[in-house]
Amino acid sequence: MATTNSAEPTRRDFLYIATAATGAVGAGFAAWPFIHQMNPDASALALSTTEVDISAIQPGQIVTVKFRGKAMFVRRRTKGEIDAARKDDTAALPDPAKDADRVKPGKDEWLIVSGVCTHLGCTPVGTAGGRGDFDGWFCPCHGSHYDTSGRIRKGPAPLNLPVPEYQFTSDTVVLITDLKNA
Amino acid sequence: MAGHSTYQPQNAIAKWLERRLPIISMMHGQAVAFPTPRNLNYFWTFGAIAMFMLITMILTGIVLVMHYTPHTSLAFNSVEHIMRDVNYGWLIRNLHQNGASLFFIAVYMHILRGLYFGSYKEPREVLWILGVLIFLLMMATAFMGYVLPWGQMSFWGATVITNLFSAFPIVGDPVVSWLWGGFSVDNPTLNRFFALHYLLPFMILGVVVLHIWALHVSGNGNPTGVEVKSEQDTLPFHPYYTIKDLFAVAVFFIFFLIFVFYMPMFFNHPDNNIEANPLVTPAHIVPEWYFLPFYAILRAVPDKLGGVLAMFGAIAVMFILPWLDTSKIRSMTYRPIAKVFFWLFVVACVALGYLGAAPAEGLYVVFSRIFMAIYFGYFVFLFVIGLVEKPKPLPNSITESVLS
Repeated sequence: MATTNSAEPTRRDFLYIATAATGAVGAGFAAWPFIHQMNPDASALALSTTEVDISAIQPGQIVTVKFRGKAMFVRRRTKGEIDAARKDDTAALPDPAKDADRVKPGKDEWLIVSGVCTHLGCTPVGTAGGRGDFDGWFCPCHGSHYDTSGRIRKGPAPLNLPVPEYQFTSDTVVLITDLKNA
Repeated sequence: MAGHSTYQPQNAIAKWLERRLPIISMMHGQAVAFPTPRNLNYFWTFGAIAMFMLITMILTGIVLVMHYTPHTSLAFNSVEHIMRDVNYGWLIRNLHQNGASLFFIAVYMHILRGLYFGSYKEPREVLWILGVLIFLLMMATAFMGYVLPWGQMSFWGATVITNLFSAFPIVGDPVVSWLWGGFSVDNPTLNRFFALHYLLPFMILGVVVLHIWALHVSGNGNPTGVEVKSEQDTLPFHPYYTIKDLFAVAVFFIFFLIFVFYMPMFFNHPDNNIEANPLVTPAHIVPEWYFLPFYAILRAVPDKLGGVLAMFGAIAVMFILPWLDTSKIRSMTYRPIAKVFFWLFVVACVALGYLGAAPAEGLYVVFSRIFMAIYFGYFVFLFVIGLVEKPKPLPNSITESVLS
């Protein structure tokens, strides 16, 4: 191809650039619907809250409810379990948190945490005898141990079981409304 | 491409077609007259075996789709329906389910052949990289296929594997939510996995065509690693290697059908005969056997992101292998020191496979770390040893090695 030394852009240069720019922007806009269609849709977003009747839960019992397709633990803690959690506030915790900050004021008995292991998303086991080294939960997939406050104590999980946003709508009903990062 | 063909169209129709689309002479040049080294051993038949497995998987898969329903409330029962009601449904499903495992056996043998005989070395780097790409596509396809029956292992396997992406900072959680199409593995996830599980095999087929194209540019390697020097070193592909490949395929299919007919659930996990339940995780989640070495590497690293990077790294390192191995000698037969480490690497792969199925605690984790070090160490070792190793004398030609 012959080279032109003309400093003046030609109409052909303009057409090249304009066509390429339109094509690039168009491709970007066209790609987005194809990417975004895979994100949670309106029907998935609509299933956002769960109401739990806690009147029948006995001390020491853990109830698993479904929140946004995944497990959520509602645990009525015994005095001993609360004391154990409070005593460990000062222990070496991988993800430091005070037990008092993980429950509602005056509702120390009720621990509500996500039932999704922060490692790779399994549901930790909370049946009696299988609660792990710290009497909280034990994740069978890769061996993470949680304590009676749902805090990670041992194993590969990096974070505590997250506490969702919830409120007591009455003494016996809890409304779970949101969970960050879940 | 058609340079090897001696084909001359004989009848009027073939002559007519030859001038418009010379497909017969191209096929003749590539699959009949193609000069192939005369000394290929049976390890060279796994490429053809893998090709037959791919075709088997595509054919049985298309049939299964005619009877399967990709919905969380119907998927599990539709697979049972295939097993019990559909005419020969049990056979088609068992061929497909066991075929996946047998396909991986063939491909792992094919990869080990390449590693031992240096098939990744100059001038076959692109051929090798295309092969690694096929392997990656196979892993994605197999993973998504395993989710479709919607059993407990399907569901929790999908949960664990998709959660791997949450290890990446900032983008992790949005990416996982994007993959799921919701807040957990659910119907949108099943639907898209079904669509992609149907698509990817055809992408594999496309890359296989490129893989064979690249093979036919450089020509086959061979057990000596000495390149073809004259016509004397070669045989036409047909009938010599069509027969050898088909014989090996027949033997392999007998092995395959023993599983299909006599132990169809050998590779299956009993928990996958329980329908998916998002609230109960099985006590011991194990991926399919062909993922176990990589799963062991994931669990050997105590850090979440570190484990994910090590696992992906174990595959990614294969892409740069042609430039990691500094030795010009292709075949391990002539590399006395490297050969020992090759077998050590094979032992590490098998050991990691065993450890990937074991609980992630105690000595199992310690051994996983040791064998992971050997796995990655092999690639570092290849770089260093190539600079200092004194190889055994190579034969002057393929013919000389055959006749001596």
